[in-house]
Amino acid sequence: MRKVAVIGAGMTKFRHRMLETGRELSFEASRAALDSARMDIKNVDSVVLGSAPDAFDGLHMKGEYLLDGAGGSGKPYTRVYVGGGTGVFIPAAAWWHVASGVSDVVLAVGEEKMSPLQPHPQYAFWSIFDQFLERPLGVTLLWIFSLEMRRYMSVYGIKEEDIALVAVKNKGNAMDHPSAQLPMRITVDDVMKSEPICTPVKRLDVSPTSDGAAALVLASEDVARKYTDDPVWITGVGWNVDTTFWTNRDLCYPEYVEKAAMMAYKMAGISNPGKEIDFAEVYDPFDYKELHHMEGLQLAKRGEAPKMTREGVTQRDGDLPINPSGGLLGVGNPIAAAGVMKVAELFWQLRGEAGRRQVKKPVHRGLAQAWGDLMQVGTVVIMER
Amino acid sequence: MGRSHAGRNCGDYGEVMGMENPSEPPGTALTPDEWRGKEIFFRNFHTKFTYSWDTGVAIGHFLEALKGGKIVGRSCSGCNRVLVPPRMFCELCFRPTDDWIDVLDTGVVNTFSISYVNNDASRREQPLFVAVINIDGASPGMGFLHLLGEVDAGQIHVGMKVRAKWKPAHERTGAITDISYFKPSEGL
Ligand SMILES: [Zn+2]
Repeated sequence: MRKVAVIGAGMTKFRHRMLETGRELSFEASRAALDSARMDIKNVDSVVLGSAPDAFDGLHMKGEYLLDGAGGSGKPYTRVYVGGGTGVFIPAAAWWHVASGVSDVVLAVGEEKMSPLQPHPQYAFWSIFDQFLERPLGVTLLWIFSLEMRRYMSVYGIKEEDIALVAVKNKGNAMDHPSAQLPMRITVDDVMKSEPICTPVKRLDVSPTSDGAAALVLASEDVARKYTDDPVWITGVGWNVDTTFWTNRDLCYPEYVEKAAMMAYKMAGISNPGKEIDFAEVYDPFDYKELHHMEGLQLAKRGEAPKMTREGVTQRDGDLPINPSGGLLGVGNPIAAAGVMKVAELFWQLRGEAGRRQVKKPVHRGLAQAWGDLMQVGTVVIMER
Repeated sequence: MGRSHAGRNCGDYGEVMGMENPSEPPGTALTPDEWRGKEIFFRNFHTKFTYSWDTGVAIGHFLEALKGGKIVGRSCSGCNRVLVPPRMFCELCFRPTDDWIDVLDTGVVNTFSISYVNNDASRREQPLFVAVINIDGASPGMGFLHLLGEVDAGQIHVGMKVRAKWKPAHERTGAITDISYFKPSEGL
């Protein structure tokens, strides 16, 4: 396999509702990533795009609709999809294009425009559930999160207040992100007193719905060295999908995330992730998910991520900064774009270009992870400089 | 509407962030006034698709059993599991499953939530109690999503023993809702 570098990244603002179409947002993010790589579209061999359910847009063939904006016109072009896991799966798929020798330069684009669906984008998720066993019960997406959060709390004896610390941290970190939708200085008390949605999930435990796009430029080693003295390398990728029969697994622990991480750790030669990963962008559509995923990723022992959070380990100036970007809770959650944003954050942090978001300790190796579908998929990318 | 796109390169934010006029990421946020007040153009569209799904072999049999007031699973002699909900093949052994097994209509609350929202994110007038129920007679940890009833919100707990509350036989249609809900089966 060939070495694969990331040499550029760009993104739009993330907002509840944007003027631009998904195609226009894709263009803005793609152009920004190419500008940052000092490249033009003619240098790009192939394009990998990801976007979540077509139902948000009411446009079938969304990949084809977005093609022109993602720079894929007249090129080998692939749309990938694993629900919420899509954003980190996009660079993984782009990686194999370059690692295999199929392409030298790949543009990797994540797009989401959730706002068109009325009265609320959440309605689209109704159609991911089993049509015989679950939809007749009136299921909503929030149910599965609240059920998983409860199971996690129940098995490990975790308090809602400890989970709320994640929302406080991430929304606070987002104060320093120029694209952020929900940067806020809040307290645990604010989270605890926010409106209950599906217990134990409350309003401030949840990331917002968003419009936005983000993009990366991946290149082979010889091309990367022509464009930059300072490439950042993708040294591990992993993904894993479990059955859609989500009521048949113990929701207290995401085994499929562990399997995805192990695949990436093996590739990157990592045997002690807690020591060898300097910082991580962990999927946080809900605050408890950050903790759940730190455990699945072996960055914390089972049930101990809340303790690390309480002790400040996961703050930007801590020993293992988690979501220095502000995460989905703070920057926003345009699904596929949000995952790409996490990988872009690795790029900026590793190059020391994250400005006020820059983590305090020197960082050489970071991990980004996403999660999704019916609580069944983990996607992981490891980057090093 | 539109704005200049100075500073497309997010990687430069680190360098420009301390300056007086930091460059702004591309994209034009709309305010609620702008989109509700029709200050910009929208095209509205409503569509309706109608589907008729085959219930299939495994779930068809499961629904037929519900109509008869029973819950059934499917056994796999490869991994010695009793699968609920049933399937005609085992995804782990990747072989056909073997036999239909009558499991019980009792179980244990694996996890639960009190839902204040509908699936379009609107607020419910009355909260709904939802749970994953591990079904007795199925392999450990095997169960399905359902509702809880005849219980107060404060009494529901993980590990609570429950029993199916069936609809009267003449009202059953071969649907998951042939069970109205699960209710506590012993003293709380
Ligand atoms: Zn089996």
